[in-house]
Amino acid sequence: MQKFTVHEGVAVPLDSANIDTDQIIPKQFLLAVSRKGFGVHLFHDWRYLDDAETKPNPEFNLNKPEYKGATILVARDNFGNGSSREHAPWALTDYGFRAVIAPSFANIFNNNALGNGLLTVKLTADEVDQIFKVLTAKPGTKIKISLEDMTVDCDTLHFSFELDPFIRHCLLNGLDNISLTLQHEDDIAKFESSMPAWERCAH
Amino acid sequence: MGKTLYEKVYDAHVVFQKEGELPTIYIDRHLVHEVTSPQAFSGLEAAGRKLRRPDLTLATMDHDISTKSLELSACSPMAQEQITTLMDNTKKFGVTLFPVGNDNQGIVHIVGPQVGFTLPGTTLVCGDSHTATHGAFGALAFGIGTSQVEHVMATQTLKQGKLKTMKIECKGSLQKGVYAKDLILAIIGKLTTAGGTGYAVEFCGQAVRELSMEGRMTLSNMAIEFGAPVGMIAPDETTFEYIKGRMYAPKGEDFDKALEYWKTLKSDDDAVFDAVVELDASAIEPQLTWGTNPGQECAITGCVPAPESFADPVQAKSCADALSYIDLKPGQKLAGTPVDLVFIGSCTNGRIEDFRAAAQILKGRKVAAGITALAVPGSMWVKQQAEREGLDKIFKDAGFEWRLPGCSMCLAMNDDRAPAGKRVASTSNRNFVGRQGKGSRTHLMSPASAAACAVTGKLTDVREFL
Repeated sequence: MQKFTVHEGVAVPLDSANIDTDQIIPKQFLLAVSRKGFGVHLFHDWRYLDDAETKPNPEFNLNKPEYKGATILVARDNFGNGSSREHAPWALTDYGFRAVIAPSFANIFNNNALGNGLLTVKLTADEVDQIFKVLTAKPGTKIKISLEDMTVDCDTLHFSFELDPFIRHCLLNGLDNISLTLQHEDDIAKFESSMPAWERCAH
Repeated sequence: MGKTLYEKVYDAHVVFQKEGELPTIYIDRHLVHEVTSPQAFSGLEAAGRKLRRPDLTLATMDHDISTKSLELSACSPMAQEQITTLMDNTKKFGVTLFPVGNDNQGIVHIVGPQVGFTLPGTTLVCGDSHTATHGAFGALAFGIGTSQVEHVMATQTLKQGKLKTMKIECKGSLQKGVYAKDLILAIIGKLTTAGGTGYAVEFCGQAVRELSMEGRMTLSNMAIEFGAPVGMIAPDETTFEYIKGRMYAPKGEDFDKALEYWKTLKSDDDAVFDAVVELDASAIEPQLTWGTNPGQECAITGCVPAPESFADPVQAKSCADALSYIDLKPGQKLAGTPVDLVFIGSCTNGRIEDFRAAAQILKGRKVAAGITALAVPGSMWVKQQAEREGLDKIFKDAGFEWRLPGCSMCLAMNDDRAPAGKRVASTSNRNFVGRQGKGSRTHLMSPASAAACAVTGKLTDVREFL
């Protein structure tokens, strides 16, 4: 997993609540069998005027010159609502996003994002609103996110956020969860041997 | 202090917890399908890891398969690759697979319970957000992403923090013409699409106790639609009766021992929930969605709300955006709005009881002119059982297409898509923008309501037919 320590980049606002995983990456792109190449399809229905993705929608923020190369996404409540498709964070990271700032995130999306080194920064609705105002007034403003200090700096705004200490530790060090768990093989085997017969074997 | 049902099952599965780490919990059952597993299998292979417990893993195909033909060639080239990848992977890693054409094949959340793979008190995961379905049995079941799928394959565990708990008590009995789907839509409407985020929910109360297992699964299935990853129901005689004798269910002495334990799986009287919601189930009318998330819903007797009626500016904007997409006007009565397609199926409402309820409305009636109507059983067993009961004939005589099992137009990953601008009366679980086909407009409702819409060609109060 890619480490996240401190990141500064252009922030792009998407002023909608409940941005669901069907909008982030529509189902026709879930037919792929690899983890790569989803970035070009990110926000497909909003970003392109045609199915072949040859005509960018000039009205969509990601296509505006001032947000070119954006690495931080700012949205409203319940970002990542909907399906469990990890293709959503894969598309966001493949596009180049390192973090999403919103007042709340859907649970499964949040787990998937953090497991892929995509930092989800939860601020209050009011704080996010203040960021929206800055980004609207001065498009192309950069935001600095420090996972070390747990802070967000946007223009004159300065906020702090919280994250589970273990998840933070994994992100700061780019740790692979499977290797960590496999160090506990003995614990797992012991647990398995204590399971009742009806639970131990499915078929 | 007593424990909630969720806490009992969670606590019984903690394998270890290191200081400063999330607890690691054991996963008893893992369901796998073609869309969210290929990258997990290839991850295992790249790291030279084996799949730890093939005997606790079960795979089927559902998301992108054809509902018109059992032939692989009926699927798109990319879907074919995904399907053959699942066949190769399950063979390579020794996982049991119910492929297309197999008598046990179907939508993963219909197959698990049907074959007795889903059991009370177990932890069950799947790379699919509707995994909460299995909570209807008192299992701790939740959807995970592909990285977690790989983690479970490699370790049979997950690092998983404890969720907050919410009790949703449904008092009274449902009225005639009102089903589990109406109950869950009413709950989502009350809590909004994110009201359950961070919670493990327990559904209880008289209306829940009176539901069959099929109805309970519909309820748990849509917990995620108000943000709750987990939606449990305490097992009871209805649950035990359903499980007994199923293919993978424990047998003989094992069953007796399991039963003894399962009977303890209920929230203690003095258990404390972080949130408690009560609703009068007897006051609920048939429900349907009017917007583009499942929380944007109301009774069929209701009208489309105005954006100004929402105090919160974010919700007001959501409402305005939804109405512009779905092409409805504030104040407009929902009943009577013409529909173009009807879809009966999905992991929410693709069970035998759903087809029985719809058939009751369709018997001796015809689908209105110009309506495309699809009946897609949730599994091969559901299809065959419906055919044994003669339900397929009722659907076909009415003018429905009687299809093969799969996820179909719920998410439109195969070729079952609603055209742009068309309005669908659908028994599925999501009415997101473009969900059933780019530009299509979805109204979620119960199977009986969808059948009534098919007959009239309009959004309809099913009670007119009862």
